[in-house]
Amino acid sequence: MSAVELRGFGWRHAGRKRWAVRGVDLRIEAGERVLLLGPSGAGKSTLLAALAGLLPEDSGEQEGTVEIDGLDPRKARERVGIVFQDPEAQLVMARCGDDVAFGLENRGVPPEEIWPRVDEALRRVGFPYHRGRLTAALSGGEQQRLALAGALALRPALLLLDEPTANLDPAGAALVREAVASALDADTTLILVEHRVAEALPLVDRVVVLEPGGGVRADGPPEAVFAAHGDALAAEGVWVPGRTIPPRHATAPPGDLLLTADRLGLPPRLAPTDLPVRAGEALAILGPNGAGKSTLALLLGGLLRPGTGTATATAELAGRDARTPPHRWRAPDLARRIGSVFQDPEHQFVTGTVLDELALGPRRTGRSEAATKATVDGLLERLRLARLAGANPYTLSGGEARRLSVATALATAPRLLICDEPTFGQDRRTWLELVDLFAELRDAGHGVVTVTHDADFVAALADRTVTLERP
Amino acid sequence: MNHTDSNRWRTIDIVVASVIAVAFGVIFWAWGLVWSATEGAFAFFPPAQTLIYGVWLMPAVLGGLVIRKPGAALYCETVAAIISALLGSQWAGTVIPQGIVQGLGAELAFAAFRYRSFKLPTAVLAGALTGLSAALFDFFVWNATYDLTSYRLPYALLTIVSSTVIAGVGGWLLTRALAGTGVLDRFPAGRERAAV
Amino acid sequence: MISIEPVAAPGAPLARRNPVAKVAAALVFSFTLVATLDPVAPALAIAIELAVLPLFGIRYRVLARRAWPLLASAGGILVTLVLFAADRSGRVLVEAGPVLVTSGVLLTALGLVLRMLAVALPGVIVFATTDATDLADALIQNTRAPARFAIGALAAFRLVPLLEQEWETISMARRARGVDAGRNPLAKLRLFVSTAFALLVGAIRRGTRLAVAMDARGFDAGTPRTVARRQRFTTGDALLIAGAAALAGAALTTSVLLGTFRPLIG
Ligand SMILES: Nc1ncnc2c1ncn2[C@@H]1O[C@H](COP(=O)(O)OP(=O)(O)OP(=O)(O)O)[C@@H](O)[C@H]1O
Ligand SMILES: Nc1ncnc2c1ncn2[C@@H]1O[C@H](COP(=O)(O)OP(=O)(O)OP(=O)(O)O)[C@@H](O)[C@H]1O
Ligand SMILES: [Mg+2]
Ligand SMILES: [Mg+2]
Repeated sequence: MSAVELRGFGWRHAGRKRWAVRGVDLRIEAGERVLLLGPSGAGKSTLLAALAGLLPEDSGEQEGTVEIDGLDPRKARERVGIVFQDPEAQLVMARCGDDVAFGLENRGVPPEEIWPRVDEALRRVGFPYHRGRLTAALSGGEQQRLALAGALALRPALLLLDEPTANLDPAGAALVREAVASALDADTTLILVEHRVAEALPLVDRVVVLEPGGGVRADGPPEAVFAAHGDALAAEGVWVPGRTIPPRHATAPPGDLLLTADRLGLPPRLAPTDLPVRAGEALAILGPNGAGKSTLALLLGGLLRPGTGTATATAELAGRDARTPPHRWRAPDLARRIGSVFQDPEHQFVTGTVLDELALGPRRTGRSEAATKATVDGLLERLRLARLAGANPYTLSGGEARRLSVATALATAPRLLICDEPTFGQDRRTWLELVDLFAELRDAGHGVVTVTHDADFVAALADRTVTLERP
Repeated sequence: MNHTDSNRWRTIDIVVASVIAVAFGVIFWAWGLVWSATEGAFAFFPPAQTLIYGVWLMPAVLGGLVIRKPGAALYCETVAAIISALLGSQWAGTVIPQGIVQGLGAELAFAAFRYRSFKLPTAVLAGALTGLSAALFDFFVWNATYDLTSYRLPYALLTIVSSTVIAGVGGWLLTRALAGTGVLDRFPAGRERAAV
Repeated sequence: MISIEPVAAPGAPLARRNPVAKVAAALVFSFTLVATLDPVAPALAIAIELAVLPLFGIRYRVLARRAWPLLASAGGILVTLVLFAADRSGRVLVEAGPVLVTSGVLLTALGLVLRMLAVALPGVIVFATTDATDLADALIQNTRAPARFAIGALAAFRLVPLLEQEWETISMARRARGVDAGRNPLAKLRLFVSTAFALLVGAIRRGTRLAVAMDARGFDAGTPRTVARRQRFTTGDALLIAGAAALAGAALTTSVLLGTFRPLIG
């Protein structure tokens, strides 16, 4: 039961010249369910952090005011529950039950009430394990649900969710959405950030679209907003429901074999798998959370040593190195032949600025400074990162970080590109650009392997799919 | 959060100090193995082994330089000791009092500057004092049966030298390197960077 | 793989004792023994430690695995003493140049090795049987340690196994981008150092986010905290500490009565 009021609100992160959000005037009444939209980098996550009172004065500059029931959000934390974009960052304790209890202890809930409330919260999100389960032993989707339980146990009057289903398989995402729907009390105010509008619509009764330059672009009931601004919003990158996506399938048959997996596996993470990878073909690897898709991607990418079986490159991909398995290649040779994009973009960053990050690969593989610069500038332009060239990769928004990680793998122009969830958390515009990019690479004779939960992406791009089961 | 009292530890101070301690606790645990392994290599003059002693004392100086609050040096060194004990260090529980003594040395140095200066000289003094406290502890507790002039005194002196260089100067360099990566942006140590 | 889980059989009578009591008992026991340099008291103490091991639910094999680095240290002590002993009395056994090994030296060495083992083992035993969450809870509830600090340290401790994974991830990220050391040992060292630095940076970054997540759930909001898990300090726990003191005292007394006692200072 909390109302939110923003007046001319703006926030600029320390170390940035641009405002992350600016000029936002918005009033959200108690009990409303709001979907917050906007292209990648529009400041959605920043706005949620502000509402949760989590933008400390020493980490940036504020403009205008935010109030929750007339209070500064830093003083109204008791009323707010938040689930962040990255669930791993918000688990505090070693055991699941203790983690849910953590917030209750902090709020001074009487000890005898704590465990019943923990159990109830876990039940509401459909958490399948006992309280004593270690948080480190949970898959991404389970962590997501636990984090939600931790927020719900506090019975917040205002619930803030930042892409709570990114990275979940479709079944898991549906479960979390159900959990949110059933966990909301009639008077809970909800603000949800989610790029995939169609799935989120059943949960909300109002849509607010942030304008990247500042201010609110559109506001109102979903049907009205999309009817009035649908085309413009879609062009800017909002996933307006009901728009079709042009497919980009291969026009030519697949080319030469690049890599074969023969009983390739790593117990207990991945059961033995057979798989040919061809040039000029987009291959999609599907399967539920925990099936071993990321493990397979790392094995194919020559980054992990196989536990069982072999990955064998052909002379087409590796020349005279074809006899040695990819995980034994010298790193510069590997980077020239196979580009890998990790599931968590942050896991991939090794330098301090976006520019260095892009230049690293070309330099290590022996490209000249001039060629490196040309490659880097081209990628910065194409993936709209130019204005962030000097930024620290770890301060990027979720979507920006994803684009950068794809760009770093493209920088060495590898013959084979392996991407783990390249499209999660992307706005429509970036999404279409990525599909175009992959399609171009494929049509130019590169091999493209993507691990994905994204059915639209598979429908638009994939020429062949492989589905893994849980081992 | 109370912003008026700059000596009060924020949550981020506590957690980051603990994380520094944990990272070093893991390093200690690994370092203990190296220490045992190098014992053979240093057999020609065992007190020389203390030259690498400084690594043990690093969290005290680093903690003080990053967190800049009273008690940071002591807290980091003590928690690092407890963590290495929890992980199963060979010296187990005895590292805890030892960690407290070592942390106190660095703490004194920061206190001597009233927690206002965190420049190189302060770091060097902190390194030297934590080395001194470590040397005193070992002098009385561990090395009592060794020869005074050929072992105990050189051992103590080398401990102090090692600590001044590795923990003092090294800790200062490490703090600067960390600030350069942007992870210390929410600490005074990381505030001087250009906007992009 | 670094494990942060205790290795004891749950339910062993002494492993279940209050963590603070266990740590206090270990410290009391160890530091009583620091006071002597003779071989008899530590030998007795080691016998006691091995005898109570089953009460802590640890198997001997597990203890050996945790304590093996101690044996390496023992070798080091022996070499050092042969070269640098203060006391070279007794019958001469070996004389080769500067190396003078006497019965007195060997006796001192034996004393020191036994002492090191006797002093270290209680800690190994206690920490092998203690869960970090329980220790933090007990510190807060039974010793009035400040909750903010104990919980903060506990939250950071949870990152230990993650750090190991992170090391693997960082190495893979570098390799994917063409960074490796090849066969050059110097390049290997450089890569090791830069990976360790990246690990520290990553750990601090995680810590910063963790602190935000903790604040988001009302940590340090000024509300008095309650506790979900009660830790009690009972008479049994007090007895454990008293028992440790008594046993260590008995070992020392025996040594005094046998006339072998050699005080650390004096
Ligand atoms: N900690 C930070 N320090 C500096 N700049 C930041 C920080 N966090 C975000 N930014 C910048 O602020 C802008 C808004 O970021 P924010 O994460 O709020 O975007 P978003 O709308 O959530 O995007 P996405 O949909 O990609 O997650 C981005 O340009 C980002 O680079
Ligand atoms: N470094 C690791 N050490 C041990 N087990 C791991 C490691 N990484 C993943 N696992 C486990 O291996 C299994 C497969 O993990 P993987 O990340 O390959 O799954 P995935 O199919 O990519 O799942 P998701 O869709 O959630 O990304 C999971 O049960 C996971 O918990
Ligand atoms: Mg975001
Ligand atoms: Mg995966």
